[in-house]
Amino acid sequence: MSLSPDSSVGGAPALLSVRGVTKSFGDNEVLKSVDLDVSRGEVVAVIGASGSGKTTLLRCLNGLETPDAGVVSVGAVSVDFASAGQGRGGVKALERAKGSLRDQSAMVFQHYNLFPHRTVIENVIEGPVVVQGRSRDEARADALVLLDRVGLAEKADAYPHQLSGGQQQRVGIVRALALKPELLLFDEPTSALDPELVGDVLLLMRDLAAEGWTMVVVTHELQFAREVAAKVAFVDAGRVLEMGPPSQVLGAPREERTRQFVRRLTHPL
Amino acid sequence: MGIDWSLFWDSLGPLALAALVGTIPLALASFALGMVLAVGAALMRLSKNRLVSAIARLYISVIRGTPLLVQLFVVFYGLPSLGLVINPWPSAIIALSLNVGGYAAEVVRAAILSVDKGQWEAAYMVGMSRRTALRRVILPQAARVAVPPLSNTFISLVKDTSLASLILVTELFRKAQEIAAFTQEFMLLYIEAGLVYWVICLALSSGQMRLERRLDRHVAVA
Ligand SMILES: Nc1ncnc2c1ncn2[C@@H]1O[C@H](COP(=O)(O)OP(=O)(O)O)[C@@H](O)[C@H]1O
Ligand SMILES: [Mg+2]
Repeated sequence: MSLSPDSSVGGAPALLSVRGVTKSFGDNEVLKSVDLDVSRGEVVAVIGASGSGKTTLLRCLNGLETPDAGVVSVGAVSVDFASAGQGRGGVKALERAKGSLRDQSAMVFQHYNLFPHRTVIENVIEGPVVVQGRSRDEARADALVLLDRVGLAEKADAYPHQLSGGQQQRVGIVRALALKPELLLFDEPTSALDPELVGDVLLLMRDLAAEGWTMVVVTHELQFAREVAAKVAFVDAGRVLEMGPPSQVLGAPREERTRQFVRRLTHPL
Repeated sequence: MGIDWSLFWDSLGPLALAALVGTIPLALASFALGMVLAVGAALMRLSKNRLVSAIARLYISVIRGTPLLVQLFVVFYGLPSLGLVINPWPSAIIALSLNVGGYAAEVVRAAILSVDKGQWEAAYMVGMSRRTALRRVILPQAARVAVPPLSNTFISLVKDTSLASLILVTELFRKAQEIAAFTQEFMLLYIEAGLVYWVICLALSSGQMRLERRLDRHVAVA
């Protein structure tokens, strides 16, 4: 038995760890103490009804949203939101903390959110060049490799509105990859797509999982969750109600709420 | 009573020159400064800091709620009584740019708000600060929305510069007044001045259309 610090109990060390994260909008308590651990290289699928807080949770992980309390750790960065932002200079410190959290991850949005005034390749290199200060030529070369990989190299100089939804989302994924993050966050990446375009995006995500990317994927694609995710987290009313391997959470859920949700997704009629 | 065509043609040169060295530079300078004020005021207006936002609101309210002529007179004839004497040209530029800034601020603010929230999120996601997000992502898209109304603001401004004649700036209209006073041909000169304004505005409108087409090229019409 190894005693190296990397072999914590229960397997690989957590790349992402969420402890007691809460978030309210006014009176609406959207996240009620969420805990979540994701190991390096692991894919976690997050499922749950609309309005249960999945998007808010993802946004809290990369500093797009500020939790009211709780600790979010990604890689070497750890932010305790209960204390962050308090005292003199607290607001600036909080923004900095959220910024360093954000540097650890990259997000793929439901509605792609590509920059419409920039070409495909400009979308991809914007972060690397403008924020990370990499050379334009180098960033372009890397971007072309990634675009080629998703079959969009010849669209490099097209504008987003000239692409199909599936193509736009693949650019969205390439834009996230180009940031070289530790963690990839997906918020219902295929929900806005026409059904026939969903497959390409899911296949790409499966390849990324096989390559060892650490991914948190909010999705309603149960088959994807079953085949690709190591763990499935069922979010209900702002809590992770149940989490475990897909065979358990999707196949033999412990909680009645999970059972109902999975049944409704599998048998909509 | 016929038209004195020879006076018409003789006056056209001086009037065109006054437009070229008076009206147009005055409009351009005031518009450029006014846009800086407008973007500043719009961002202040959108600030979470209530005091900052209130200052911008007050500025916009005062500018929109008072006549341009009053603003010009306060700067040129009013400030000297506080010991601040400003020459006609700088006075006109100050008053006109403050005026344009107040009107355009609301246009710029609306344009910034019209940009999809997802664009802010994507900008933050790739690691941008608020300032960088504004400069590289939000303002370029807001500009596209703001161009038509701002073009109209500019065309109004060109006509408004004629008020600067009342604080002794020799621009197109003042030149027309001078010639009219000298020749007593008021009707002819004022109509001729109007024609020159009209031609300038027609040229600007066609420029506006071309600019809008160019800006729309890369973006699907939403
Ligand atoms: N910025 C916001 N302001 C106010 N309420 C919000 C905001 N974002 C989300 N909510 C509310 O939080 C709840 C959860 O939303 P969301 O996280 O988007 O859920 P999901 O992604 O699971 O559908 C909803 O009731 C929604 O109305
Ligand atoms: Mg959502």
